[in-house]
Formats: sequence, C-alpha cells, structure tokens
Amino acid sequence: MSVGPPPVREELEDGIDLERLKVVPARYPWRWIATGVVAVLLAMAGHALVTNPAWDWKVVGEYLFYETILRAVWLTLKLTALGIVLGFAIGTVLALMRLSRVPLLTSVAWTYVWIFRSVPLILQLLFWYNLAILYRYLSFGVPFGPSFVQVATMDLIGPLTAASLGLALHQGAYAAEIVRAGVLSVDQGQLEAAAALGVPRGRQLRRIVLPQAMRTIVPTAANEIVGLVKGTSVVYIMALPELFYQVQVIYNRNGRIIALLLVATIWYMIITSILSAAQFYVERYFAKGSARVLPPTPLQRLRAAVAGWRG
Amino acid sequence: MSAAMVEVRGVHKSFGALHVLRGIDLRVRPGEVTVVLGPSGSGKSTLLRSINHLERVDRGYVTVDGQLMGYRRAGNKLHELKERQILKQRTQIGFVFQNFNLFPHLTALENVAEAPISAQRRPRAEAHAEAEALLRRVGLQDKTRAYPRQLSGGQQQRVAIARALALRPKVVLFDEPTSALDPELVGEVLDTMRDLARNGTTMIVVTHEIGFAREVADTVVFMDAGRVVEQGPPSVVLDRPQHERTRAFLSKVL
Repeated sequence: MSVGPPPVREELEDGIDLERLKVVPARYPWRWIATGVVAVLLAMAGHALVTNPAWDWKVVGEYLFYETILRAVWLTLKLTALGIVLGFAIGTVLALMRLSRVPLLTSVAWTYVWIFRSVPLILQLLFWYNLAILYRYLSFGVPFGPSFVQVATMDLIGPLTAASLGLALHQGAYAAEIVRAGVLSVDQGQLEAAAALGVPRGRQLRRIVLPQAMRTIVPTAANEIVGLVKGTSVVYIMALPELFYQVQVIYNRNGRIIALLLVATIWYMIITSILSAAQFYVERYFAKGSARVLPPTPLQRLRAAVAGWRG
Repeated sequence: MSAAMVEVRGVHKSFGALHVLRGIDLRVRPGEVTVVLGPSGSGKSTLLRSINHLERVDRGYVTVDGQLMGYRRAGNKLHELKERQILKQRTQIGFVFQNFNLFPHLTALENVAEAPISAQRRPRAEAHAEAEALLRRVGLQDKTRAYPRQLSGGQQQRVAIARALALRPKVVLFDEPTSALDPELVGEVLDTMRDLARNGTTMIVVTHEIGFAREVADTVVFMDAGRVVEQGPPSVVLDRPQHERTRAFLSKVL
C-alpha cells in the first residue's frame, strides 16, 4: 500500500500537459550586435595589416629564420633560463632564510629583497658590467686570511656573466617573495600534522609544504618568466647580441625598421606562447588532489569533440 | 597497579595573559581509554597538544611510557631536546585532528605510508603493504588511490586514523575527531574508534560524544577552566557526578 498524496500533474487551464509543450530558448539580441561589431573591427584590423605595404611582410619572412636572428633568439633563451633558474635558486634560499627563526638570516634576506627591488635592473646591469672599476681583482681563500686564487675581474666577469648575474640577482629578489607567499599560503595544520607524525624537517618542506605551495607559486612564477623573456632585452645596453640588440643592428644597416621590429615581436610571441602552454601543464600537475576531477586538457577536449562528431 | 602509559604531572600552560592549563594531573594505564569532557575553552585540546609536545608546557612534565617528553634529564638539570629528537619521540604518539589535516596532494595510501617511510625509515614496499592493511582495517580498502578531497568527511577522518596508527604508536590522541563531521558520518568514525579500543589501543579522546564515553571509556575526565574537576569511571562521572559544575555541564549536553 502506498502512502502520501498521488503525484500531481501540472496542467494549464486548457487541459494541455506542460511536459509536451515546445521550449523556446531565450534570445539575446545585444549579444549578436556586439559580436557583429567586434567581427567588423577585427576584419578591418586584419585588412590593414595585410594590405599596407609598409609592414614589409616579405622582408619579415626573409629575416625570421636568418642565422644571426636565430643565434640571437638562442641567446635570449639562454639569458632567460639562467636568470630564472639561478633567480629562483637564490629566491628559494632567501625565502627560507626569511621564514627561519634566526634573526640575522631574516634581516639579511629582508635587506637583500629591499635593495634589489629598489634599484632598477638596467642600473644593476651597468654596475655588474663595470665591476672591474670597483674591484680590479677577485680573490678566493680564507675570509680575511690568505687567498689561494686571484683573478682579474675583467677576465672572470665578461658581458654574458655580468648580464646573467644581474638578471639572476634581480630575479632572486622577486622570486624570494613569490616563494615566501607560496609557503605562507599552505595551511598551518599541514605542518602540524607533519610534526605530529614525526616527519623530519627537510622532508616536511620538500614533501608536504613545497608541493602545495607550488599551486600559488606557479602562476606568479610563470608571469615572472614571461616578463624576463622580454626583460632580457635590456641587456642590449651591454652590447650582447640578444634578439632586441640584433634586430637593431640589422635595421641600422638596411633601414627596414618595421620589418625587423616585427621579426623580434614574432619571436617573443612564439617563446611566450610555448611558455604559456607549458604553464598550463605544470599547473595541472600541481593541482592533483585539489579538485575532485581535474578539467580536461585542450587536447582531451579536442579528442572528445572529434569523437562526438564521428559518433 | 601497573605503570602509567601516559603521565601528566602539574602541567601549566599560558598563551600570553591567558592561563589555559592550571595544574593538570592525569594517569593513563596501558590499553585504557580515557575520554576528556568539558566546555570549550576549558583547555582540553591544549592538554592533548601538550602531551605530544606540539605545545611546550610552562611548568610540570609529561611522560609517555616512562619517557620524559621534550626533555632529557641529566642529574639536576633538564636539557631541552632538539627538534629532531622531539620529532622522533612523537612517532610513539598518534594524533588525530579535528580537521583531519590530511595531505591533500597525496593519495590516501601515500598519506598513511608517509610517516613510516620518512620518520621510521621503513622500506617503501613494506610501508605501502601495511598502509593498505590499515586502510582495509578502517573499511577503506577500495579508496587507497583516492585523494582526500574525493572522500567524505567520515572517510577522511578514517584515513587520518589509519595514518596515526601507521607508526604503531603506544598511545593515540584524538582531538574532537567527530566535531567537523555531518551527524550522519559521526557513527562510522566512532565505530572505527570503538574497534581500536576493543583491540587494546591506549587512547585519550577529547570529544562531546557522551554516548561514546559511556560505552567505551575506562576513565572519564571532566575539565573546566584549565583544571580537572572530576575523574573516574563513566558510571560515576556521567551518572552520579560529585561536582555541581559537572552536573551543570552534563545537563546541557545530555
């Protein structure tokens, strides 16, 4: 025997069953109008790019894979990699110093960040470049005691070393704050749980804290990397043949300014696009466990769409 | 009378001007279940956290299985232990948190196997096999590969209990293990704890579950304002409390 009222059937006054009526989707005319306006503007921009001969697309094509340009791209990549890897190594050490319980370490880390964030990168680079004026020789040995090796500063720190050093030290200050923010974002209970389980300190950091901190660190760090790719262009003041310096050299010779600026633009965009794609997958890796189900990657979405089409 | 597994003697603890523990004495014998009751702010959690030295006490001392927690005695002096040694002492004490504090980026199995591998240096394969057995024991054998966020609150707390047991501790401390759970999920966690008690695990449980205290506890301790007001078997403390304060508290929660 069933209990409770009989199921109610929604009915209109004219006795027609609601379930059998046709559904008319809501219309949004303004969305269509906005779409139309933007499409026209896009077409105009595209047209202006293609039809104006001053853009010099033919010359762009000639120089895009020119050997000197490729070597310049390589140098730009090398400077970026050195700046980021060394910068984040310095930054991680600084962040841990800042979070330590030793007063001198905290204040040294704080001071470092303060100085290197205060001085413009271009100024720092010039300092490193001219280090030989400040200290003619660098010696390695016992502090305040005898020295074992002495090198002329000029021989040790060439333009490339000065540039990487400057970029890394500058980047280190920013990286320190990024890593510190990441570590602070991890819930205190995580450290407590690890401590209660007797997990050793170093392992707490590597296994418990940093992987969770990476969720906060990666997006900001990616920003920094992308910023640095283009930021490396300031080393042109040291006459290092990276991408921006190289296109200037070429257009000063042949006068095709716009075309060569475009070459540089395209290369910076290519590098940034690759990095952005990498960022997506790195973020996804560190997101494990953070959501019940991770959203599909673009590739998975594409595959699903193709499968849907066929089916 | 057998030796105490956990002994708390004259423990005081303040946070700034707030005097949270005002001289606590407690003895827990091996295999015994002690339930600590009391209003919030009475110092129950601080007491538990002092036992495994997550909080350093200001006065008094704690021993676990005869070992002084956090200090080493040499003649007339107490030497503070280094963090590394304190971490080692803690491996003898399991701790279950109110908010589980599972590691969200590790699977259930990895959560349970982490401490045996890193704190006790047990071989990986052995630790994993034992973690699997522990998860089976708390009824989660088919959730070993799940991440904490893919589990319900009750399941997460059961993983946390398995994680606490993985170190083969001499005593397990529970800090309000069911307070963060939906009423429906409380039962499965209490069942797991009941099962541990039956198997002779020494436990100290801070909880508001009077029913659990009545059924499982050997000793019930009632705390208020940083002091132990009354302690004894549940039949006495819960049914015939001697103190007015205990009676007032029980009349509200029952």
